[in-house]
Amino acid sequence: MKNQRSYFKNNYDLYLMLLPAVAFYLIFKYTPMYGLLISFQDFNLFKGVFHSKWVGLDVFRDLLDQHMFWQSFGATLRLNLLTLAVGFPAPIVLALLLNEVANDKFKRVIQSISYMPHFISWVVVYGMIVTFVMPNTGFANVLLKQIGLPQIDFLTNLHWWLVTYIGSSVWKEIGFSSILYLAALSSIDSALYESADIDGAGRFRKIWHVTLPGIRSTVVILLILQVGRLVTIGFEQPYLFGNAMVSDYSNVLSVYIYKNGILQSQWSLATAMGLFLSVINFILLMLANVIATKMGESGLFGGKAR
Amino acid sequence: MNRKKTSVFSVVNYTLLTLVSLTFLYPFLYTIAVSFSGPQAILSGHVFLWPVGSNTGAYQALFKDASMIHALLFTAQLTVFGVLASLAMTVVTAYPLSKKELKGKNILLNLIIFTMYFNGGMIPNYLLIKQLGLLDRIGALFLPGLIDTFLLIIMLNYFRGLPVEIEEAAKVEGANNFRIFRSVVIPLSMPVIATLIIFYAVGYWNSFFDALLYMQSTDKYTLQLKLYIVLNALDSYSTSQVESYSNQIIPENLKAATVLVATVPILIVYPFLQKYFIKGVTIGAIKG
Repeated sequence: MKNQRSYFKNNYDLYLMLLPAVAFYLIFKYTPMYGLLISFQDFNLFKGVFHSKWVGLDVFRDLLDQHMFWQSFGATLRLNLLTLAVGFPAPIVLALLLNEVANDKFKRVIQSISYMPHFISWVVVYGMIVTFVMPNTGFANVLLKQIGLPQIDFLTNLHWWLVTYIGSSVWKEIGFSSILYLAALSSIDSALYESADIDGAGRFRKIWHVTLPGIRSTVVILLILQVGRLVTIGFEQPYLFGNAMVSDYSNVLSVYIYKNGILQSQWSLATAMGLFLSVINFILLMLANVIATKMGESGLFGGKAR
Repeated sequence: MNRKKTSVFSVVNYTLLTLVSLTFLYPFLYTIAVSFSGPQAILSGHVFLWPVGSNTGAYQALFKDASMIHALLFTAQLTVFGVLASLAMTVVTAYPLSKKELKGKNILLNLIIFTMYFNGGMIPNYLLIKQLGLLDRIGALFLPGLIDTFLLIIMLNYFRGLPVEIEEAAKVEGANNFRIFRSVVIPLSMPVIATLIIFYAVGYWNSFFDALLYMQSTDKYTLQLKLYIVLNALDSYSTSQVESYSNQIIPENLKAATVLVATVPILIVYPFLQKYFIKGVTIGAIKG
């Protein structure tokens, strides 16, 4: 009893410091989870969650019957898989190239420049691309014309749209994603390189036998995490890049939820869609975490919650 | 290093990396060039690296436009207050959670981390904001994101790594937890606090989706939303601005200039701040 009182007396200020955060997480993170209930209702904005009619799984039945839902599901997977295929190896290659640079100053400058696009908004990136690929006046098309090739509709031709979309997301994130690999590379024991030198290994043999095994666990964890996020897609890039000509590809789930929910006020349907996705996403992430932990890595929670 | 074999590989590597970094810089140079070029040069496709002519018409039109200035000031205001509020909340929350002996800490931390993997999603968030009466108010742009859980974890990991002895010594001298936090822990944490400032500031400055969702009246548009409208010529703004400068500028000028205005603050502070965040990011590593 006395012990408890002195514990509280010594620590009450720490608990006080936590109060604002508790309020924040309750209001802005947990209340919306409660709001997910409206996906089991025929939700009426004026009646609210308490008085709207419960309809069981009707909304989900409607949703799963919708052709557009499956189309945007497919569009999401398509964009995510392609981005993964190109965007995952790219930062590893960049990190490996940077790791071979002996001149520290050169390395630092290149690194700083490559991180910069991460901090630029998607609207700005889109604005620069629009100017750059504009038919007739944009430099990309001017160049094509000058070397005698036909112009390309980068933003309205389906295939070129994919190239523009994937290219710009790689451009934006390659540098920033390489940070973790560079950190892993710098923690490789230099004695390994020295003994490889003694064995007479060349640069490429050292990369193959020392460097790559040294970052293997980082690569594996990040790959699993990326796969775990396959149904998650940001809103801004597909929304900004999208247009009527490429809507089959650009109408991804986040955009679809926005259009159905916010623009057309189909609250229950759009919420059900979100819930469906959140559940898939949660399961994928948990699986990813279990797999990463099983492989002897520290996993997503990496000892931080202990 | 193996001297004999380095030369060819190094030349290729350095050239490759230089080219790669040029692709990061070039879009900015091109946009600058277009924004300052004369209409004729742009339309005939003569602009590729350097401005052709010195046309400041687009910038004059921009800064004469009250709604653009308003969006600029509104976004600056959002960034300053948002960063202050987020920083205070994050640091104050991370400190007690970094204490190993604090009872109930694990439950709370797990409930917080859970929100990184599961959330209500777009529509319930929107309905909450609506119910709280925050639609079309600046609060809708910073309250829902007051604490970025990933950044909270970074701060938390840093606090955990601080040597216990320093705090013990302060405790012996009779300082309470809050006092230790304020006058010992905070001064030791400046590098990570700088990281938080960068990430929060960039987040608020680039605020687009939240503004698209929650803001209705034009005087509450963030700069990115305003830029979006200019890019898509969704209002009469760009066309009327262009018309009044008809022989000096074309929409391309205006779009390029707006893109730059929307990102120049980041480009200016970036070189000074970039040395901080690398450390911060690797502290948090992929654990979040």
